[in-house]
Amino acid sequence: MTVTLSHYLVLAAVLFSISIAGIVINRKNIIILLMSIELMLLSVNLNFIAFSHYLDDLAGQVFVFFILTVAAAEAAIGLAILVVLFRNKRSINVEDIKELKW
Amino acid sequence: MIETVIFYVFAIATVVSACAVVTVKNPVHAVLFLVLTFFTSAIIWMTLEAEFLAISLVLVYVGAVMVLFIFVVMMLDINIARMREGFVRYLPLGLAVAFIMLLLMLNVVTSDVFVFDTGVEPVPKAAEYSNTKALGGVLYTDYVFAFEIAAVILLVAIIAAISLTMRKRPQTKYQSPSAQIKVRKSDRLRVVKMPSSEEQ
Repeated sequence: MTVTLSHYLVLAAVLFSISIAGIVINRKNIIILLMSIELMLLSVNLNFIAFSHYLDDLAGQVFVFFILTVAAAEAAIGLAILVVLFRNKRSINVEDIKELKW
Repeated sequence: MIETVIFYVFAIATVVSACAVVTVKNPVHAVLFLVLTFFTSAIIWMTLEAEFLAISLVLVYVGAVMVLFIFVVMMLDINIARMREGFVRYLPLGLAVAFIMLLLMLNVVTSDVFVFDTGVEPVPKAAEYSNTKALGGVLYTDYVFAFEIAAVILLVAIIAAISLTMRKRPQTKYQSPSAQIKVRKSDRLRVVKMPSSEEQ
């Protein structure tokens, strides 16, 4: 019994579903929301790498390289916004951020 | 055979720690479980012969991004009890959404749509094959413009993060080196002419 492409795709699908559930059940906590987004990116990266391995094409790994770059930038800016938010409102609860709500 | 065992052990560890990330109470524990998830997925990437990306996942993600997360989580004073409000209420909805999405995705990935999944194993690379060298060869030729754009994106991220979080504190005292260098003797020293006491 060998590990096939489907094994990796199923693992990535399970990871993606876990992060979807995390976004729904932790909708008050921005930090957990950001971490769920990182998990989603990880599962997508796993898909890219599995396809790259089984199709013997390096383009998938190049894509993962760029996804890692953009995800690092996104995490840095997101956490910076979080820090500024906490400084101004003394809270990072999603419920307290409703100035733009009509 | 050994590949199968390694895959299952680390796949189960990845899934369990990912579940822990979204369910544990303490955000610090959630970040640490996320670190574990990244480690186990890096090992799975290793078995897929993506050695450079596996190492850079550990270095960049665990070493930089997750440390940033831990920094922010520990710096903010978070009211965990208020954060957990609605956790039980939204749990069935979240599980239902995730379960339906999982069924749909499994339906796609296990179907015959991916015709190249014919059971033919990719040939393992020879011992002298360097994944880093191959990746660099593609990255600096075919994808060089995308590479430069990635560099610009990182620069923008640096500038944005610094300019968002920097604040001027008016009460802080600090030196102005340019003013210190520009100063002349006449600005600081005043010679006062006055009669000496013997002349009186």
